Amino acid sequence: MVKVYGNKATRFGFGEALVELGKKDEKIFVLGADTVSSVAINGFQKSFPERFANVGIAESNMLGMASGLALAGFVPFVATYGVFASGRPWEQIRTTICYSNLNVKIGGSHSGLMVGPDGATHQALEEIAIMRCLPKMTLLSPCDAIETKKATMAAAYFNGPVYIRYGRENIPVITEETAPFEIGKAQIMKEGQDVCIMATGTMVYESLMSAEILEKEGINAKVINIHTIKPIDEKAIIDAAKECGAIVTAEEHQIFGGFGSAVAEVVVKNMPVPMEFIGMKDSFGESGKPSELMAKFGLKDVNIVNAVKKVLSRKS
Amino acid sequence: MELGDLKIMSASVRKDILKMLELAGSGHPGGSLSSVELVVDLYFNHMRFDPKNTKDKNRDYFILSKGHVCPVLYSVLAQLECINGDELCTLRQAGSRLQGHPAADKGLPGVEVSTGSLGYGLSIGVGVAKAMKTLKQKNRVYVLMGDGEQQEGTIWEAAMAASHFKLDNLCAIVDCNGLQIDGNVSDVLNIEPIADKYKAFGWNVISLDGHDLAQIDKAYSDAKLKKDKPTVLIAKTVKGKGVSFMENIADWHGKAPSKEQMLQAISEIDASIK
Repeated sequence: MVKVYGNKATRFGFGEALVELGKKDEKIFVLGADTVSSVAINGFQKSFPERFANVGIAESNMLGMASGLALAGFVPFVATYGVFASGRPWEQIRTTICYSNLNVKIGGSHSGLMVGPDGATHQALEEIAIMRCLPKMTLLSPCDAIETKKATMAAAYFNGPVYIRYGRENIPVITEETAPFEIGKAQIMKEGQDVCIMATGTMVYESLMSAEILEKEGINAKVINIHTIKPIDEKAIIDAAKECGAIVTAEEHQIFGGFGSAVAEVVVKNMPVPMEFIGMKDSFGESGKPSELMAKFGLKDVNIVNAVKKVLSRKS
Repeated sequence: MELGDLKIMSASVRKDILKMLELAGSGHPGGSLSSVELVVDLYFNHMRFDPKNTKDKNRDYFILSKGHVCPVLYSVLAQLECINGDELCTLRQAGSRLQGHPAADKGLPGVEVSTGSLGYGLSIGVGVAKAMKTLKQKNRVYVLMGDGEQQEGTIWEAAMAASHFKLDNLCAIVDCNGLQIDGNVSDVLNIEPIADKYKAFGWNVISLDGHDLAQIDKAYSDAKLKKDKPTVLIAKTVKGKGVSFMENIADWHGKAPSKEQMLQAISEIDASIK
């Protein structure tokens, strides 16, 4: 059985980390854009009003202001829905923040289909692609609330731009408080030799569930949680490719340019093995219940199981 | 610095700009020349800026939002001996710290942040000013923008934020030379009445002649006294100022002079200060 320690939205891990950071470090400054409580930065706002600013519905200006705060020595965190945190101010992130290597941290909440009934406008499914292509950017995609808290803490003490992708819905907590977290270091969640499922964010849980199903069918899958998409843990990927000889990637994000593509870049260069990709197949989401949408768009454990069978048929 | 000396300094900066661009074979003379007095008076008479310690924590910040006119900044930094004058010859060459638009990652002292994509500088300035207010520090922030740049929506997000947060430590300058790449600003997309727009956004607005050093000097002084409101200098300027064949011609926005043109321009500038 997959060990589940609770059910909690990753946004609360982000918010709790900010409050902790705020207590420890006067350099932490947080900016919101009218989505303050929904992205869970209201705790920081309440505790440290003098180091908080709501800039209104103006995300481009928010990222510009964060740049200025960083120039003046603060460690600014901005947070809003992922679409508006990554897409709207993309060029500010590129030209002002990354090109100047400014110490700005971007919290992209409401990632993926699980945003649910709000529909495609608010379901961020492209941030991995548009953030990982930026020089100097570090991209974190934690798998549960505990890991999101650790990722946020780590981002604060990492020098340079960091994007943290997290979500709104309650999801299973599958990591322990004591589990180590290091930017750039993948975490092996389950050992196995027949195939390796590499997952990020919410899909780590689905991957563990799929490994259980596969186990019953005599297929022993290794599962790796890749919480840092950039810089990606090349060694963990190459080792797994050698060990398992087949890879399935899983992400709640567009396949084109996404996490699977990042894995494939490492695999084809170093240790080519057959791969399958689970993710959004070049389409937008739509309104619906989160679980309903995950099933409709093929992002459930059973879809991973099918992908594993497909990739194993090509394994030499 | 006295007005007479500022005038001579402005002429030297203009000559630097023309020589640099001629050597580089590309770049933006028109807007560089229009902003000379605004930048010279700021650096020599108003900004707390130590050329030998450009990261001093008590410094005032200069954000060149219209990054394409960086030759004016590079020249002033050289005149202040912040960088070596010889380095001006490397503008726009591979490996140079003097990139075609200011680049923070090249380690050129005095360049606070990478700029050049129009419309971003004011937000950055708002962020620095907000930081200084939070820290209860006296540092002031200056942001130089173009008039065509006012067409960017981000400017108005930042303008709203600056007055909302009562950032009286922020001084924006709009170099209104009236021209952009495609022609007259009024024809491409009219920004007028620009002073009224800033007033409506809650700013202290000072309209002035952007080549009149006495007016500029007074405007920067007045801006420092204003409480609770950011200040914007709406500076009427001439694109290509000081060079007869460049003045008020949009084509000189982004074109380098030939050697002959450069020499003629320099003799005109020399004549103007005799």
